[in-house]
Order: sequence, then structure tokens, then C-alpha cells
Amino acid sequence: MLSAQNITYSIGNKTLLHDVSTTFKPGKLNLIIGPNGAGKSTLIKVLCKQIKPAQGSVYYGNKAVEAYTDLELARIRAVLSQNIELAFPLKVWEVIMMGRYPHFTTKPTIKDDQACEEAMRFFDVWDMADRDYMTLSGGEKQRVHFARVVAQIWYPVDGSCRYLILDEPLTFLDIHYQFQFMHKIVELLQHGDIVVVGVVHDLNLAAKFADKITLLHKGGVLADGKPKEVLTQEFIKEAYRLNPVLVEDQEKESLYLFFE
Amino acid sequence: MSRFNKRYTGIYPLLLVLLIGITLCSIRYGAVQISVKEMFSGLNHWFSSPASMSLNERIFMEIRFPRAVLCVLVGASLAVGGALMQSLFRNPIVEPGLVGTSSGAAFGASLYFVLGSIFNFSTGEWTLPLAACAGGILATFLVFILSESRQPGRNSVVALLLTGIAINALFISGVGFMSYMARDPQARSITFWTLGTLSGANWHSVMITGFTSVVCILLALRYTKHLNALMIGEEEAQFMGVRIKRLKLIVLLINLVMVAVATAFTGVISFIGLIVPHLLRIMAGSDNRYLVIGSALMGGILLSLADLIARLLLQPAELPIGIVTAVVGVPVFIILLRNRNYYF
Repeated sequence: MLSAQNITYSIGNKTLLHDVSTTFKPGKLNLIIGPNGAGKSTLIKVLCKQIKPAQGSVYYGNKAVEAYTDLELARIRAVLSQNIELAFPLKVWEVIMMGRYPHFTTKPTIKDDQACEEAMRFFDVWDMADRDYMTLSGGEKQRVHFARVVAQIWYPVDGSCRYLILDEPLTFLDIHYQFQFMHKIVELLQHGDIVVVGVVHDLNLAAKFADKITLLHKGGVLADGKPKEVLTQEFIKEAYRLNPVLVEDQEKESLYLFFE
Repeated sequence: MSRFNKRYTGIYPLLLVLLIGITLCSIRYGAVQISVKEMFSGLNHWFSSPASMSLNERIFMEIRFPRAVLCVLVGASLAVGGALMQSLFRNPIVEPGLVGTSSGAAFGASLYFVLGSIFNFSTGEWTLPLAACAGGILATFLVFILSESRQPGRNSVVALLLTGIAINALFISGVGFMSYMARDPQARSITFWTLGTLSGANWHSVMITGFTSVVCILLALRYTKHLNALMIGEEEAQFMGVRIKRLKLIVLLINLVMVAVATAFTGVISFIGLIVPHLLRIMAGSDNRYLVIGSALMGGILLSLADLIARLLLQPAELPIGIVTAVVGVPVFIILLRNRNYYF
């Protein structure tokens, strides 16, 4: 379980996060949504120990994030950030093997090789293992990074959940791969010990896949709960300043949003 | 064999053979030719009866041999320094000289030459390298402090390089000032310094450079995995458990000591640190472990080759080696820059 408790973070006079508390459970798909400037990226940074909040703390399991060293954290938690640019040309498999770096000292073990291979097959990038990363399309690069972060937490950890934090993972993907990726994440969640937290912009995608949605607005939590509880007329209007048309399909238990 | 365990079985032996071959050539050829037979007998006499050595044997044991070894060590130091800095700054056009280390070291050494002649220091084996080291450290830290962005977490490589150019100009003019102030023998030492020369090689400089370069390269090998992680970004490396600040400090220190000491004995030799890692990347990829080992070998090869050219071109006179590396290095660098298939 990953939880943020009473997080407040500010730069200068500007408060980016104000008293944010929320909990992300294992085996569930937790998505964070919110308009631009709502504090999504800041919350992700706090969760990842990138920045230290002025007040409040983040807990991985029962342990506060400060109690982990960077390496200990890297063994149980993988992060996919936006806009990754390679400084030098690398083969695809070299990029993915980086995910295993926290687990070996100099040479990768057979276990590391297996994790990479399985993660690559899982995300359909096995066939491009020997290609130069620089020659891949935007979507292919993104899939390579999915494989890398998932390889990082491929094996269950004794006495701890595994954590996967995704900051706008779908940006460069077409609709096909957006859906494919979300299905893969749902598949990963079957393991039961993985906590997935992701930031997305597409509200329909959130409605379709999320088990829990956290709607951030002006640095605070506006709504937190099941999609149907969060994606309501009033919350969306307040956060996005748009009037949504909500269509609910009772049979499939799904929710669609349209904007005019 | 696992496909994830890329081996460089073809490249390392090739580089090693080239290194040994070129080192032997640079011992053999020069203003005086030394036969293989003389090499063996020279080695023999050096240990058994140093007094009875012939002239050629003395040239071999006291001049050529230490010079060839120093060449290999300095070339390795500069090339590995270049590989480390390029990886650390995630930028392919960084070389140790660009961030001030070598010009600072030159300034430290020239200050030492001038002050030494004024105050009559006892010129111990360690004081010159220490002075050069101090100069290199000073200049490099100035560059990093001044180029630090006011927004935390952002480091602009352009700012770093421009600051480097400015600080380099400052320290080079400092060297110029020292050589202007110096009396003749010191002024000559300083001039040679700024162009680079291996003519001062002796077994003492070989020992000192050998010690620092071997220790530094072995240390650097421990951090190649961390530097690899840095290739996909500082934040990403952190997410993979790398302590960025500590890594930066350690790698900078390794580079500083290695390059400053090498520069202390040979002066400023440009372009080796820039070109060697590039050539290796074109040959077999960007893995830093391979780059460090490969640079150690290839740096020695290229510098020995340059030294051979410097000694043979104007026989029996000798060119400063920095001129040779620059004349060969600049076109190679420009070709690399213009090759769009590469990663610029």
C-alpha cells in the first residue's frame, strides 16, 4: 500500500499541494487526473522521493519514504517519467537491462536476463531487441520504457508490495497502444502485490480502466473514489470548467464522457 | 551465452595488439634507431651492470622506454577522462579540457615554475603534479559553480560549455602572464607545457602517472553501471537507485586527479579525450564499461602514434605533441560533427 498523508508543498509563496491525503491499494488501478497546474506532477514527485514536502509524509507499506535508501526504493518501485531522451545511442535491450541495475552489481545474472526477456515479450518489444533505440518511433520508444520499468519490478519482493508509478505514460501512443497498455497493466495487477499509480489526461480511459480515481484541483484533492463517484457533472465542471455529457451504460457498467 | 551479456571479445585483443605494436615501434624508431637486440641487452644491463651500458642501451632504458610507457599512461588517462565526462554530462562534445581541468593544471604548473625560480623551492617529484592538480581542481570547480543554474535541478550544458570557454581563456591568459614574467628557462618550460610534450619523461613521472591512472581507472570501472543509468536521464537514474550527487562528485574527482596528474608531466594535450570515446562508440556502442576499458587502450594507441609522428616528422628536432593531436583531431572531430547519422 502506498499512501500520502497531509502532503503540503510550496515553492516561494505558491502552494502547489495543500494537505493532500490519499491511499493507493495493491491490485487496483489508481489513476490521478486533474487539469493543468492542479499539482499532479508535483504529487508524483513527492511520491517518488524526488522532492521533500514541507509537511506530511509518504508511506510505502508501513515505512516512511525517508526510511528507504534510493537503492532500496529502486528495488521495489519503478517510475516511468515523461520525455525521456537518451544521451547516447543504445540498443533496445541495453535500455531495458537498465531496469535491472538496482538488482545486480556488475554483471547481470540469469534472473536479470529472464526478467528482461519476459518483460520484453510482455510488451511486444522482443523482436526489436537489437535495434538502435534512436531509430524507434515515439510509440515504440514508450513501449521500450514500459518494458524497462516493469523489468525493474518483475519479481515479487519478500515482505513488501511492488510499486509502479506512471507519469502520463500514454502521451506518445496511438489509441490501439493506449488500450493495449492499459490492458497489460490490468494483467499485471492480477499478481495482487503491485500498486499502480498513474497520471492520465484522457477521462474516458480513466473511466474505463480505473478502480480508483483521484481528482486533483488547485493543489488539493477535489474527489477521490470509484470512477462513478469522481466523474460527476459537478466535479468535472469545477475542475475543468467544461460541461460534460455523461452517458452511462448500465449493462456494461461503463461510463462515457462527451464535451461540447 | 545470454544475448544480454554483450562481449567485446573481438575488440579488446585487437586494441591490445595494436597498443603493444605501436609502443614497440615508438621505442624502436626516432632520431636514433634502436634494434630489438639492444632492447634486450639494455634491459639486461640495467639490472646487472648499469655502468657498462652502451649509448643506445642508455637511450633505450632512460629515454625511449619511460617515454613510451608515459605515453600509454597519459593517453589512457585523457581518454578515460573524456569518456567519464561525456557520460557524466550526457553530452558528446565534452572533454576534460573543455571544463577547465587542463588549462587550470597548466596554470598551476606555470605558477609553480615561476614561483619555484623566485623562491628556489626544492623541486620534489610530487610538488609539480600537486601544483598542477590544485590548478585543475580550482579551474574545474570555478566552471561548475559559475555554470550552476539558479533553478535547482536544471543544468544547462550550453551554460557549462560557455563558462568553460571563459574560464579556459582566463587560465590560459594566466599561463601567458606567467610565461611573460618568467625568465628564459622557466618561460621555455611553460611554452612547452601549453603545447604538450613527452620529452621530459623519466621513470619517476612514469611511476606517479602509473599509480594515479591505474587507481583512477579501476575506481572508474566501479561506476560504469551508474554512468550507464545516467544515459537515460538524471531523474531516471535516481529512480534506479543511483545517488546522483555522490556519483557526480566521485567521477569528477577521478577525472580531475587523473587528468591533472597526466597534464602535470606532459602539458596540455587536446583532443585525445574527445575523439577516443567517439571512435569507440562508433565501433561497438555506448556501454560505459566498454568505453572505459576501450578508452584506456585506445588512448594509449593514439597518443603513442601522435608521439611517434611528433618525433619523426622534423627529425632530429621534435614537435610538441599537442600540435599533432590537434592537427589530426580537429578534422576527425569536424567529420564526426557533420555526420548526421551519428547522434548529434
